[in-house]
Amino acid sequence: MATDATEAAHGAATAAHAAAEPTGMPQLDFTTFPNQIFWLVIALVVIYLMLSRVALPRIAGVLADRQGSITNDIAKAEELKLKAKEAEEAYNQALADARAEAQKIIAKAKEEIQADLDDAIEKADAEIAARSAESEKAINEIREGALESVTEVARDTAFEIVAALGQQADAKTVADAVDSRLKGS
Amino acid sequence: MATEEHSEGAGRAIDPMDQFIVKPLFGGDTVHWYTPTNVTLWMAITVLVIFLLLIVGTRGRATIPSRVQSIAELAYGFVHKMVEDVTGKDALKYFPYIMTLFMFIVFSNFMGLLPLAFTTTSHIAVTATLALAVFLSVTILGFVKNGAKFLGLFWVSAAPLALRPILAVIELISYFVRPVSHSVRLMGNMMAGHAVIKVFAGFAAVAVISPVSVLAVTAMYGLEVLVAFIQAYVFTILTCVYLRDALHPSH
Repeated sequence: MATDATEAAHGAATAAHAAAEPTGMPQLDFTTFPNQIFWLVIALVVIYLMLSRVALPRIAGVLADRQGSITNDIAKAEELKLKAKEAEEAYNQALADARAEAQKIIAKAKEEIQADLDDAIEKADAEIAARSAESEKAINEIREGALESVTEVARDTAFEIVAALGQQADAKTVADAVDSRLKGS
Repeated sequence: MATEEHSEGAGRAIDPMDQFIVKPLFGGDTVHWYTPTNVTLWMAITVLVIFLLLIVGTRGRATIPSRVQSIAELAYGFVHKMVEDVTGKDALKYFPYIMTLFMFIVFSNFMGLLPLAFTTTSHIAVTATLALAVFLSVTILGFVKNGAKFLGLFWVSAAPLALRPILAVIELISYFVRPVSHSVRLMGNMMAGHAVIKVFAGFAAVAVISPVSVLAVTAMYGLEVLVAFIQAYVFTILTCVYLRDALHPSH
């Protein structure tokens, strides 16, 4: 009974309390302030410790690592690009060298061919000259031979003609006559 | 008796301020300073969420971050950049304090948006403690770092000499109003939004206007998500501004 009464009284007190400020702002209930401030301070201290001891250094580390690896990668890429450029230059150089070499070889070959050609032409010219000289000589010989033959034939013929005509002719006279006649013509 | 109970129940259902009542968690009705209350519960949840995000979420220390680690890094970068831009590079040693403030407020605000949640930042006791902590530490820091030169903050040397005493009074008043506006802004925004949502929700009991009410609650909720973040941002950036005044009192 007594507990009932106290409970009832208690309930009444609560009801009265609720009734006393039915529309008051709970924010202005100063009796709860120490409680809120106490738990707030604890919460803030816990958050601060969590952040300053673990979370922030860890995140800062991760970000720094990432920045570092990005910078590294960029540097590496730059280096590779440079290397690629160098390689390209070397390739171009090699190409140019090869071209120059080829040009040189071609020029040399041309020169050799030209020399051979000149040699051959010279040789051929000399041969041609020799042959033509020989031929000329042969022709001259033949011509001379022919001339002599003509004189002889003329003499013989004249002698035979004279003999046929029935006259005795001195061979020498006939020959002289033919000669003078040939000279005359 | 029955009617009284009924009316009390009905009153409960639509009283938009009931959600802010501080109640002991394990029964009883006296709130001592050490009593575990719903404040304790929701602050613990806030701490837990921060723990999950910033410590559990980053445990991989991955160069290519997971989703949670990305969020943690975003939060870190956001506050870090804010401190660096607003206060200056020399203030980065206070970055953990400001990060603590920001994380606590932003997660308290967001947790408060869960249905049936208790919003710790809607209480003036909490926001005033935060604001006073900022105010006191900034003022003390200003005097420790700059000595009497810190008073130059109130002596506007750019103004004509005759105006300076008047400006000094105005500056002084505005300086002491800072913690008030700082705390009431956050508390007022959080309380008003939640109360308005509750009021609209109360209207939903009436069948005719309940669709409108539900739409309104949805819209308000979206707005409150924005407000929850923006108020945390505002509180933090104002802290940075006050800190800059303390470190570099000459404008």
